[in-house]
Amino acid sequence: MDLLYKIFLDPFVQMGTAPDLLVQTLWEGLVAGVLYSLIALGFVLIFKASGVFNFAQGIMVVFAALTLVGLHEHGVPAYLALALTILVMLGLAFAVERLILRPLVNQPDIILFMATFGLTYFLIGFGELIFGGETKIMIANQLGLPRGAIDVKLAGGFVSIQKIDIAAAVIASLMVAGLAIFFQRTRIGRALRAVADSHRAALSVGISLEQIWVIVWFAAGLVALTTGIMWGARSDVSFALDVIALKALPVLILGGLTSIPGAIVGGLIIGIGEKLGEFYWGPLMGSGIESWFAYVIALIFLLFRPQGLFGERIIERI
Amino acid sequence: MFYREAGQFKTNYAADVAVFPILQDRIGLGIILFIAAVIIPWFGSSFLIQAVMIPFLIFSLAAIGLNLLTGYTGLLSLGTGAFMGVGAYACYKLTTYFPNVNIIIWIAASGFFSAAIGVLFGLPSLRIKGFYLAVATLAAQFFLSWCFIRQPWFYNYNVSGAIEVPTRSLFGVPITGATATDTTRYFVVLGFVVVMTWAASNLVHGRIGRMWMAVRDMDLAAELTGIRLLPTKLLAFATSSFYCGVAGALLVFLWYGGAEPAVFDVNLSFFILFMVIIGGLGSLTGSFFGAALIFIMPIVLRYFPPKLGIPIHPATVEHIQYMVIGALIILFLIAEPAGLARLWQIGKQKLRVWPFPY
Repeated sequence: MDLLYKIFLDPFVQMGTAPDLLVQTLWEGLVAGVLYSLIALGFVLIFKASGVFNFAQGIMVVFAALTLVGLHEHGVPAYLALALTILVMLGLAFAVERLILRPLVNQPDIILFMATFGLTYFLIGFGELIFGGETKIMIANQLGLPRGAIDVKLAGGFVSIQKIDIAAAVIASLMVAGLAIFFQRTRIGRALRAVADSHRAALSVGISLEQIWVIVWFAAGLVALTTGIMWGARSDVSFALDVIALKALPVLILGGLTSIPGAIVGGLIIGIGEKLGEFYWGPLMGSGIESWFAYVIALIFLLFRPQGLFGERIIERI
Repeated sequence: MFYREAGQFKTNYAADVAVFPILQDRIGLGIILFIAAVIIPWFGSSFLIQAVMIPFLIFSLAAIGLNLLTGYTGLLSLGTGAFMGVGAYACYKLTTYFPNVNIIIWIAASGFFSAAIGVLFGLPSLRIKGFYLAVATLAAQFFLSWCFIRQPWFYNYNVSGAIEVPTRSLFGVPITGATATDTTRYFVVLGFVVVMTWAASNLVHGRIGRMWMAVRDMDLAAELTGIRLLPTKLLAFATSSFYCGVAGALLVFLWYGGAEPAVFDVNLSFFILFMVIIGGLGSLTGSFFGAALIFIMPIVLRYFPPKLGIPIHPATVEHIQYMVIGALIILFLIAEPAGLARLWQIGKQKLRVWPFPY
């Protein structure tokens, strides 16, 4: 009885009595959710266009952030370093297309999935070899990102909001809007959607798959760079960051592997759910439930919608 | 020329559907078993037995377990590490509660605990498919890892949070713990691996294996031909987890001699998945090849450059090792996506027709 009370009543009483804490938790969940969404977005872009479940997205985030910081450490001005990093991501996209996707075209999904594992390992080794394994500080100031916090008065308490988080949310929204326009309005965007629908049909009307793959991997690289900057500004840049790739997976299946809105909504649900769970229900079970709580949320949703919230309905024919 | 089955006539169905229908294969298997059971324990150095053969055999067993699920039934799982952990912790709890029962029995029994957990987390597989299922099995991985770290009951409220393997003996010979010799432990592991591989081989060549493969090729069609999906998929999860659980128990009890919860993290799952895919999906031989390649490659990479007199900083070696492993995985996939088992098949075919091209 006592346990039931603690599970079903007590957390809500706490939420009611301290609304400022609730809002703070919600805000933190929202910010974490935005970052999860961004990583999931990179996954979705690649999955839609090439059917590859890109496990390397997480390490691409780290790699992009490390390249940026590493270049700056070698005396390159911040904005030039940013431009150079974008070039590096373009080069990576070309290399991936030429060395991995093209030889493995038309292989089963699981083989391509495995190949991105190989890419992950390669990038870990390569990044550490060049930039060293130690933790680095993101050059947030030099890039003109705001810092400090704003305190908002609310219901007898106050909510502390980091400026960098606001910037992250704004930039993420801009990027999603930009991608949406790119997909809906431009010629390349239409070609991308055609490839996502059917590789063969796209080929038959003269769309170059190779070109599309490079574009998509480059777009995913840009998303990774943005994520890396935002995440790096909140904590530090190190290879420990690659665990966030594992955080993004439940987001991905919750929203649906093929849906960009799904990635956003899924990210927010997971981010907020995770923080609320950790804050209000975590103490009941011993701390650290963050590590699996997101998966359980995603699993529950999946049992009702096996293709995720916004995924395309899976239709099977015999 | 060396490998020709001309003149070997099959006179009954049993001989025709045998697992090794060709005489040379049976001889080869005999030689391999002889080397494994006699030559290696007699002539092998302690390093070879302790640091190479024991873990190689244990990882092969885990790879066979995952292969039953992913290769034969087509259910992608990333929870292998956790299922191995369940086996190890179950064995640890059992042997501390009932110290007088033979440890061999407990290692085998720990597989059943693992199987039960596997069935539990396999339940969503009826509705969830493909990569969605893979991520769902990650839920098992993270939840169980969390249990091993945060729930003190699992490690008997040790201060260190790790489990220590007690000494247990069979017929007066210690086989686990600090006093057990390498050779004894090697024999125990070898025994488990041989018996369980034989069982797996019979399983996949029989009715159950065919049901699994039908489900893998297309579960909807399999259902229409009268295969009940839920029991079949759950049986695959149970069997696979059983194998992984036993492998996990062997890993801790006969190789590490103690374990931190971090041993059974998600990287172990990925590691086993590499073995299965590089070795060849849906091939028991491939599981051994994959385990050999993925496990022994880092050892070779670590010991060769110093032997050649190339002075490299240890950290650099580590980084290069990552790069080489990543590149090799991609290279192997490009060279033969069906895995080393397929390469072995091609090689055998070449030997069969040699010296002619075909």
